[in-house]
Amino acid sequence: MNDNSEYKYNFAFLDENTKREIRRCILKAITVPGYQVPFASRELPIFYGWGTGGLQITLALIGKDTILKIIDQGDDDSVNAVNLKKLIYDSSGIQLTEDTGKATHIQSRHRITEDKLRSDQTYVFQVPLPEPLRFVESREIETQRMHAEKDYGKMYVKLYEDILHHGEITIGADYPVLVNNRHIMSTSPIPRWDVPRLNQAPNLFLFGAGRERKIYAVPPYTDVEPLSMEDYPFRVEDFEGKSCMLCGSNESFLNEIPSTNDEGKMYICSDAFYCKKRRFKNDDEV
Amino acid sequence: MGYVGVKGGKDAIDNAEKVIDYYRIKDAVTPLNVEEIKNQMRLLIDRVMSEGSLYDRDIASLALKQAEGDPLEASYLVRAFRSTLPRLDYSIPGKPEEMFLIRRISSGFQNIPWGQVLGPSRDYTQRLLRFELLNEKDIDAVDPPKSEESGKLDKPVEKVINFLRKEGLLDDPVKDKNQKAYDITRESIIYPLTRSARLQRITRGEEGAVLAFGYASMRGWGSVHPTIAEVRVGYIPVKIRHPYWDSEVKIGRILVTEVDSICSFKKINEIKNGIETEHYSFSLGYGFIFGQNDRKAIAMSIIDRALSIKDGASPVNDQEFVLQHIDGMESQGFISHLKLPHYVTFQSALDRLRNIKKNKETESSAGVSV
Repeated sequence: MNDNSEYKYNFAFLDENTKREIRRCILKAITVPGYQVPFASRELPIFYGWGTGGLQITLALIGKDTILKIIDQGDDDSVNAVNLKKLIYDSSGIQLTEDTGKATHIQSRHRITEDKLRSDQTYVFQVPLPEPLRFVESREIETQRMHAEKDYGKMYVKLYEDILHHGEITIGADYPVLVNNRHIMSTSPIPRWDVPRLNQAPNLFLFGAGRERKIYAVPPYTDVEPLSMEDYPFRVEDFEGKSCMLCGSNESFLNEIPSTNDEGKMYICSDAFYCKKRRFKNDDEV
Repeated sequence: MGYVGVKGGKDAIDNAEKVIDYYRIKDAVTPLNVEEIKNQMRLLIDRVMSEGSLYDRDIASLALKQAEGDPLEASYLVRAFRSTLPRLDYSIPGKPEEMFLIRRISSGFQNIPWGQVLGPSRDYTQRLLRFELLNEKDIDAVDPPKSEESGKLDKPVEKVINFLRKEGLLDDPVKDKNQKAYDITRESIIYPLTRSARLQRITRGEEGAVLAFGYASMRGWGSVHPTIAEVRVGYIPVKIRHPYWDSEVKIGRILVTEVDSICSFKKINEIKNGIETEHYSFSLGYGFIFGQNDRKAIAMSIIDRALSIKDGASPVNDQEFVLQHIDGMESQGFISHLKLPHYVTFQSALDRLRNIKKNKETESSAGVSV
C-alpha cells in the first residue's frame, strides 16, 4: 500500500463538481426564501451533526480573497469552531479573522453576532434539524405536503396548546418563523434574542443541514416574522437587570454561569469578539 | 475569573490528538502492522468496508489501526476519504450466477443442485474459547479442505430462486433496460425512495441497527419471517463498459454475501392483454453486503421485504423510520454532537421555564387559577 501522506486535497477540500452542485442549491434556496432545498450531502472529515451542512456551504463559496470568521455559540475560540477553521485553513489557506466587521463570510453555530452585518457579508448557519414542523409531524413526506399547501394549522395549534397548558409558548431556541409570508422556517437554533435580526437584514443568510441534507436561505431584505398569537406576542430572552461581568454590557445575549457568589450565578457575553472589543476599545490590538 | 469554558481550543485539540496517539501505542510491543490487520481481522475489515461503503481492504485496515479498532470510527474515516474520490463510472449490473463461491447454503430445500457448501462458517462450531491461540507461535501452512462439492463450485452456479421462478411460484423481476440505479451518494434523498436507493441505504447501514430492524420485523413488529432460499458468499466480477469500444471489461472482483429470502405469498392482480388475471406468488427479500457477513445480509433481506409492503402498520414498514435511522455515520454523529456546547440554546430554555414558574406563582398568589 502506498503512503498516502502525499495525498493532496482540492482547494477547500470538496471537488469542484460537488461545489457546483451546492452552489446551484444555494441559488435555488435564495429564489424561494425559507424553502428547504434537498442536496446530496457529502461525508466530511468532521462528524455529521458537527456542522457539516454549514461547512459544505462555506467550502463551496470561499475563494482566495475570502476572509472567514467562524463562531460556535458566539465564541471564535470554542473547540469545534477551532476545529472547523483548521480544516478550512489547511485545505485553502484563506485568511481567518475574529473581527466581525472584517469578515466577508461568517459561519456560525447557534448565534448571530451582536455587531450589525452589512450587505457585502454572507452569514452561514450550521443546522441540526432543518424541519420546523418536525415536532408536530414525524414524516418528511407529510411535512413536505404541509409546506407545499401552506397547511400550517398544526403549528398554530401547538402554540395554542402551549399557552393553554403553560401560560406561555414553551419553544426556547429554534423559534419558528414565517419567511416572506410563505414558508415556515427553522431558525437553526439561534436564541429568540437573534430572531428579529433575520427580518429585513441587509445581508444574505444561508442555512446548511448536512446530516439532514437540506439547504435554505433568507435573502437580504426579506420579511421574517416569528410565529405568535395576537394576545401572546413573541418575546426574546429576558436579561433585565443583568450585565456582562467582563465588559459590563447590558444589551447583549448573556450566558449564565453557575457560581459560588451570593446570587449563585454570573453572566458573560455570548459573543466573544463583541465582549473583547468593548473591553479593549482603547487598545490598537484587539 | 474562575471560569474557563470549553475553549482555549487549539492547544487542547492538538494535545488531545497527541494523547490519543499515546494511548494507541503506549502498551505496544511493536506497532500493529496494517498488513497483518488486513490478513487476520478479515471480518472486521469486511464490516468497515460495508459501513464505510468503499471496497478497499488496505484503506479499511489503515482506518482500523488509526481508530484503535472502533468499527464506527473506522467506517467514518473511510467514508470521509471516499467522498473525496471522483465518481468515474458505474459498473454493469453484476450477475450473481458468475460468482466464484466459497460458501452457499439453502434452508428452504434439503438439497440443491451443486450442493450445500458450508465454507468458512462458524455456524456449527462450538463457541468455546480456544486457549491454545494464546500461544500460537507458528503459522502452519493450512491447506483448505477439499470436497467434491467445492470442486463443483468453480463455475457458474444457478441461483435457487430460479427453480421457483421457472415453476411460476415467484415473480420474475421487472426488467427495464433504461432503469438506472439511484446513486444516494450523488443525488439527494427524497421520500419515497426507489428500491435501488432503499437497498443502498440498508447495505451501508450500521450492523446493529440493521439487525435490530430485521429482528423486530421477525418477532412480530411487522410480518416478515422468511425462509432462506440461498445464502451465498463469493467473489463477483465487477465489469464496466469500455469507454471506446463499448465492450464489457472486467476490472476486478469483490467478495460479497448475497441472500434471497422467500417471504409470505400474496395474491397478484394483473391486467394482461386487456384481461384481468389473478395469481399467487411468493414475495422476495434481497440482501447484498460487501465481504462475508451472513447475519447482516439476512437482516437486510428482511428489511427490504418489510419496506416493500404497502400500507404496513409496523414501524419497520415505514421507509422514513427505518432508512433515516439506519446509517451509523449519521446516528453516531448526531448522538455525539450532544457533547458540543449548548449553553446558548439552554439559556433560552432556562428563560422559558423561569418565566412560566414566575407567572404561575403570581397567579396563585393573586388567587387566579388557569
